[in-house]
Amino acid sequence: MSDIPDLECRAVSKSYDDFQAVQDVSFSVPKGTFFSILGPSGCGKTTLLRMIAGFQNPTGGDLLIKGKSVLEVPPNKRPVSMVFQHLALFPMMNIGANVGFGLRQLGVNKTDIKAQVERVLERVGLGGVAERSVSSLSGGQKQRVAIARCMVLEPSVLLLDEPLGALDLKLREHMKVELKKLQSEFNTTFVYITHDQSEALVMSDQIAVMNKGAFEQIGTAKDLYYQPQTAFVAGFVGEANKYTAKVEAAAANGLHLVTRDGVHLRGVDTGDRLGQGDTAQVFVRPEAIRLSRKSADMDQMANTGAGQVESVLFNGANSQLILRDARTGSELNVALPQTAEFRDLTKGDQIHFGWEADQTRCYRQGT
Amino acid sequence: MTSDKSKLGFILLLAPLLIWLITLIVLPHVGMFLVSLREKTGIREYETSFANYAVFFNEPLYWNTFARTAYMSIAATALTLLIGFPVAYYIAKLTRGRTKTTLFLMCLIPFWVSELVRTFGWMILLRETGVLSSFLQYLGVVSGPVEFLYNDAAIMTGLVYTSMLFMVVPLVTTLDSLDDSLIEAGYDLGGTNWSILREIIIPHAMPGIVSGCIVVFMLSLGNYLTPILLGGKDSLWFTGLIYNQFITRFNWELGSAFGFLLLGLSSLIVFLALKLSGQSLGKTMGR
Amino acid sequence: MITTIPQSAPFKWSYRLYVTLFFLYLALPLVTVCVFAFNDSVFPSLPWDGFTWDWFFGTEAPRIGVFHERPILRAIVTSGVVAFWVSGLSVIVGTCNAFLFVRHDFAGKNFLYILMLLPLIIPGIILGISILVFSSSIANALEEATGLWFDGLRPGLLLVILGQFSFITTFATLVISARLQKFDTSLEEAALNLGATKWGAIRQVTLPFLFPAMLAAAVVAVLMSFENFNTTLMLVGSDAPLTVTMFDRLKLGSTPVLNAVSLLLIIVSALLGLLSLVLKR
Repeated sequence: MSDIPDLECRAVSKSYDDFQAVQDVSFSVPKGTFFSILGPSGCGKTTLLRMIAGFQNPTGGDLLIKGKSVLEVPPNKRPVSMVFQHLALFPMMNIGANVGFGLRQLGVNKTDIKAQVERVLERVGLGGVAERSVSSLSGGQKQRVAIARCMVLEPSVLLLDEPLGALDLKLREHMKVELKKLQSEFNTTFVYITHDQSEALVMSDQIAVMNKGAFEQIGTAKDLYYQPQTAFVAGFVGEANKYTAKVEAAAANGLHLVTRDGVHLRGVDTGDRLGQGDTAQVFVRPEAIRLSRKSADMDQMANTGAGQVESVLFNGANSQLILRDARTGSELNVALPQTAEFRDLTKGDQIHFGWEADQTRCYRQGT
Repeated sequence: MTSDKSKLGFILLLAPLLIWLITLIVLPHVGMFLVSLREKTGIREYETSFANYAVFFNEPLYWNTFARTAYMSIAATALTLLIGFPVAYYIAKLTRGRTKTTLFLMCLIPFWVSELVRTFGWMILLRETGVLSSFLQYLGVVSGPVEFLYNDAAIMTGLVYTSMLFMVVPLVTTLDSLDDSLIEAGYDLGGTNWSILREIIIPHAMPGIVSGCIVVFMLSLGNYLTPILLGGKDSLWFTGLIYNQFITRFNWELGSAFGFLLLGLSSLIVFLALKLSGQSLGKTMGR
Repeated sequence: MITTIPQSAPFKWSYRLYVTLFFLYLALPLVTVCVFAFNDSVFPSLPWDGFTWDWFFGTEAPRIGVFHERPILRAIVTSGVVAFWVSGLSVIVGTCNAFLFVRHDFAGKNFLYILMLLPLIIPGIILGISILVFSSSIANALEEATGLWFDGLRPGLLLVILGQFSFITTFATLVISARLQKFDTSLEEAALNLGATKWGAIRQVTLPFLFPAMLAAAVVAVLMSFENFNTTLMLVGSDAPLTVTMFDRLKLGSTPVLNAVSLLLIIVSALLGLLSLVLKR
């Protein structure tokens, strides 16, 4: 339709007296995107979201919604709505009054409000509950009411502040799918913040990984997982075995590194232009590591080794092995393939392992 | 064996409560009611009748005073709420940490002090030779001493002052329990200051408002010091009439009837307030 | 209208001004009372005739200070005696009530709870007259039956104590119940499990936990008893507590010695009040 993004942040910063909560964050979210901001607690993501909603003022930069700066627009006039962490449903009103709150503020007449409230409640699968009290709903239903309360206003952007955090694990899994479905149904731009990577990976079209007030990387879930651009992203998104190693030789086809324990590793430079003598952080995903009972199977691998099974963490398809490297005594996390070959592995068994050089991602050691 | 023992323990716990409530609350009020039904027909001769109540309804001074006490108390309650609410809101929602504690303590301190001392302070301020009068003369606003005491405004000032704490404390407590994110959600959905006050803050604060209003109303209705000292001899406060019947005229029968009428009025208004706001006594007063 | 919602500057400043004025209104009468305790004049009013300590330490009429004014000292002692008994009794009964209402379920509990709250909404003066009427009729009946005198049931200190006790107990019950509700009963169960008797567990585990609240209730009771006027006025005999004595003086017009007493009361009340808050934490 148009290329004006629904939401655009230009070098947004927020600093307090002695602390920079958000620094120079820039991104834009095209219409209809499910955009997640993923980061550990205290990384500044909540501050960023609250600045977009208007509850905090940036100390620098600009915020644009549909191409217009909203810095001077108070929160009650901004075309964004927010689903709060604990939902903030009004306990003093019934469900219909909650959902109709925004429309009442706009002065919509009563019959229209009633019709619109009923329609949006039906869209979230809660038709006919308008007269009931908020407390009569289950956690997942409250979630949907909170979304309906925002969506009835047809906001340009819907902000979601870790709304799944308070739910139990099973419901959370279910709501992930549901939220994604609702988003594509309403075709509204969602900006979702979370510290839970699986929430972000499952639901998002675009994810920004945030750390210490700044964005580390913006990309699709696959980008972040397979091509993490910084050591933080490699460590934060998904699981990884981590080494610290010194670059022995840097060549066009890869790096040769040696860890402090003397293990030789072959890996690829991720763009940090590592040179001989540099210290690097090295990440290897557990599922990139192949296992075999015969060392000959590993001949083709760039990195190989042997070790003893420390423990088997059985978790169905996500089962893992913890190995102790025979040479260095360090622990190694390996995804356990659920095939007949390894089903009888137990503690103490000897096993060979190996992985390719391009699965060994190297980053310059942070200063 | 054990059940006998715990039963004994239960009775031992129940006994003081029952003795207290029956001998000091229930029986005295029943007794007062019975005395109010006695009509003196001769020396040490009494008949049961509603004569004392008839006296009340036939004497305009009495029921005028009664009505006046009631509406002045209601006005004092409303005024206390209007003045106290913004302050309670300020303390609960716009301050944090140490400032909040300090402001809250500053509200409490005046009320740990005897009501008599507080009223005495207002007398020094308001009387003809008082601080306010002298100050206005000093400013040249008035040419001679002005008497600010002994009128309804003085009574109102004193009543509002005396009851303020009992409004502010429950309000601060309930407003404090209102989650900020509810207010933020209200603004986020397009609410204005006014609509959020009306639809979110006041409904949430309702238990506090009701309990504050009940206590303030009771304190005003049953107040004796403030009307007498700030309103003067002719302040026409119903408690003054009761005092006169009991202590000056020694007409306990009529005094008891007056007392019962005052109790009836206060119970009625408390009952109505609870019903209208959908609150219960246990919830609002039990804190 | 919370800190995260931007408001216009004039709104913010007028709100602050309002709150400031409110606190001035709160402080004004008390400050006035205190200031005039030091006025070198026989009336507690303007003009200001200079600073003096006479109203505290003066020995010669008409400038007799608080510390040499016999009737006032006697009234303070009377108030102290009343407060002592009221506070002791109401804490004991309040503790029993707290255990009863928090730990036991029984038929009529709600009814008794509401009845227990009633003294909060009965005007003090009516509590006073009802107890006066009731005790007098008992005294009359007893005297007629036995021919003896029952002065204790006539207006006097005993009735003042009972009258104040009748409503202060409700406050004590509420303060102590609030703390007892926070008590983790598994602590008591642990004590029983370790071989304590039921009473031993309560004495060694529960009561020490409740103690700060009991002390707070006692302090609150002392404060309320000291400043009570309405109930006391109806039940007072020849020994008047402080508030009644001050009231009689006030009606007649008095020297700033009343301001001096008030100043002392303000200081002691504020300290006791703060103490009760610290204890309730």
